[in-house]
Formats: sequence, C-alpha cells, structure tokens
Amino acid sequence: MFFNSLLTNFAALEVGQHLYWQIGNIRLHGQVFLTSWILLGALLVFISLGTKKMENDPKGLQNLLEFLWDYIRDLARTQIGEKVYRDWMPFIGTLFLFVFVSNWGGALIPWRLIKLPSGELGAPTADINTTIALALLVSLSYFYAGLSNKGWRYFEYYVHPTPIMLPFKILEDFTKPLSLSFRLFGNILADELVVGVLVFLVPLILPIPVMFLGLFTSAIQALIFATLAAYYIGEAVEEHH
Amino acid sequence: MLAFNFFGATEGGLFDINATLPLMAIQVVALTYILNSLFFKPVGNVVEKREKFVSNNIIEAKNKLSEVKKLEADLLNQLQSARSEALRIVNEAENESDKLYKEALELANNEANASKEKARLEIESQTSAARDQLSKQADDLSELIVNRLILEK
Repeated sequence: MFFNSLLTNFAALEVGQHLYWQIGNIRLHGQVFLTSWILLGALLVFISLGTKKMENDPKGLQNLLEFLWDYIRDLARTQIGEKVYRDWMPFIGTLFLFVFVSNWGGALIPWRLIKLPSGELGAPTADINTTIALALLVSLSYFYAGLSNKGWRYFEYYVHPTPIMLPFKILEDFTKPLSLSFRLFGNILADELVVGVLVFLVPLILPIPVMFLGLFTSAIQALIFATLAAYYIGEAVEEHH
Repeated sequence: MLAFNFFGATEGGLFDINATLPLMAIQVVALTYILNSLFFKPVGNVVEKREKFVSNNIIEAKNKLSEVKKLEADLLNQLQSARSEALRIVNEAENESDKLYKEALELANNEANASKEKARLEIESQTSAARDQLSKQADDLSELIVNRLILEK
C-alpha cells in the first residue's frame, strides 16, 4: 500500500515522462531540446556580450570569460599535455560549459512553473540520451586523437606494458563511455529526484541544503566529465617509450 | 503499470533511447564550432597576446637590469682606479716636495757653513794680523825702552 502511494508520488514528479515530438518516423524528447536551447542561448548571449569589446586591459564580463578560458586551458593542458592540448581545448571546454550550464540551469531555474502537456522541463543532462551522446563523442574523440596523432601505432596502447592488458584495454573502450554517461545521468537525475521528493514532502526550508548540495554536485560533475574526457584523449595521444 | 513505465520499455521511461541521442550529439558538435569561433579563439588571442607582452616586458626588464648592473660595476671600477690614481699622485707630490725641501735645506746648510767658514777664516786672519802688529809694536816698544835705558846710562 505504502509502496503504491510512493509510486504515485513519483508519478506526481513525472519520472520517465517525456514530451514527444514526432518528425516523420523519428521521435524526440522535446523537453530536452527546449531546455538545452534556452540554456545554450543564454550561454551564447553571455559569451557574445563578454567578447564584444575585447580589450588588452580586461573589464567586467571579459575578466570572467578570461578566467573561464584560463581554467579550461589549465584543465586541458594538465590532462592532454603541452603538445596537442590546443587542438582539443575547444572540445573539452564545450563539454565543460555544456554540462555545467545544463546542470546548473536544471537546478537553478524553476522549470516546474512551466506546464507541458507531458513530461516536464529539467536539466538536459538528466536525460540518458544527452549523456550517452556526450560520452560517445568523447569516445570518438579519443580514437580520432590517437589515430590522427600516432597512426596505427595508436594500437600499441592496447598491449602497452604487456599483451596481457589487451582484453582489459578493449573492455575499457566500452566501460569508458558507459561510466561517463551513467555517472552524469545518475547524479543529475538523482539530485532532481531528491529535491523533487523533498519539495513534495516538506515544501519549506528543508530542501534548501539539498539544493545547495545539488549545485555543488552539478559543478563537480561538469568538472569530472571534462577532466575525464581530457584524460582519455591525453591517454590516447601519449607517447610510450 | 507505473513501475513498468519507470524503467521504460516501449513508451517513455528513464532509459528511453531514441533519435534525441544523435541529434544531441550533432548539437554539441555544432556548439563546439560556435564556441570555438565565439569564445575560445578570440579570448585565447587576447590572453596569449597579453601573456607574450608581459613575458617580453619581463625579458626586456631583466636585460636592462643586467645592463645597469654591468654599468654599475664598470663605474665602481672606474671610481676605484681613479681613487688609487689620486692616491698615487698625492704620494708622488709628497715625495717630490719632501725631496725639494731636503735639497733646499741642504743647500741652505751648505751656504751657511760656507759663510761661517769664511767668517772664521777672516777672523783668524785678522787676529793673526792684529797679533803680528801687536808683536811688532811690542818689539818696537821694547827696542825703544832698551834704547832709552842704554842712553840714560
């Protein structure tokens, strides 16, 4: 009985409900695209405002953007290495910004106030499609980075210390995107659910610490995702001697 | 029914994977290019230009500082040599004046000695002349006395 009512409560939170868009034969999760367009639009507006008048003596928004750029460069440089980090910095930075903006946007903006016919708006990263898309892009990137930098010698990596490592390294190619996507998806969805359930049960004060925790987790997840992506690419381009 | 939908199979659910995935991937790739041209390139240019400017200035300042240090050492050397030169000149002058003084002193001494000697000789000759005259007068006188005595007799 209790279990049933709990499920009904979850149902009130509309877990796993989607706003479907049907285009020809394909079906899309509309709410994911809606929130991502709003958040990315805001991000692009923010960035265009900050880079409109670039000066040698930075002021205001340019300062913040330069700090962000420096942060991303340090992240890419420490993980990928001095030689090729420049090529991958935009990709790593985009991953970081996309995940960060999605996570924080999902946590900070009261999407629930906007009623949809089905499903509800929320962090785009709380949808498994988004996180798998990001993780697969990371997989493609590190394969591409390894092959374009080292040619066929990239596959030496699979037998690097000893050939015994071969099965584990092959397995890693599957576990990397799996862990990347599910870590992000799980963390963000869990945060949304915890906050949702708490708000549902105790609408006042009590959810606030959990919301702060959620913001913290969101930022950490963005950092982890970008760092791991950079680390995988760095691992692929690293020269073994 | 709800529990079934929770882990989603046919319609809806948490793990409902569909065309959202590839479209989201395309969207992220497009975002990468947009952010690259809007954010990473322009900000990178500005930051790296500034970093180059700063490091150039640091190098230049270091060069200037070393130049200053070199000049300072140079000047110190010059000062040192000038000081020793001055000391040398002063010593030389002192020696010179000392020598001159000694020479002059010797000359004066000699002159004084010579004139003293001359005066002594003159005194001596005058003394002997006086003595001669005196003894002649004594002789004359004694002759006169003798003559008188002889005459009285």
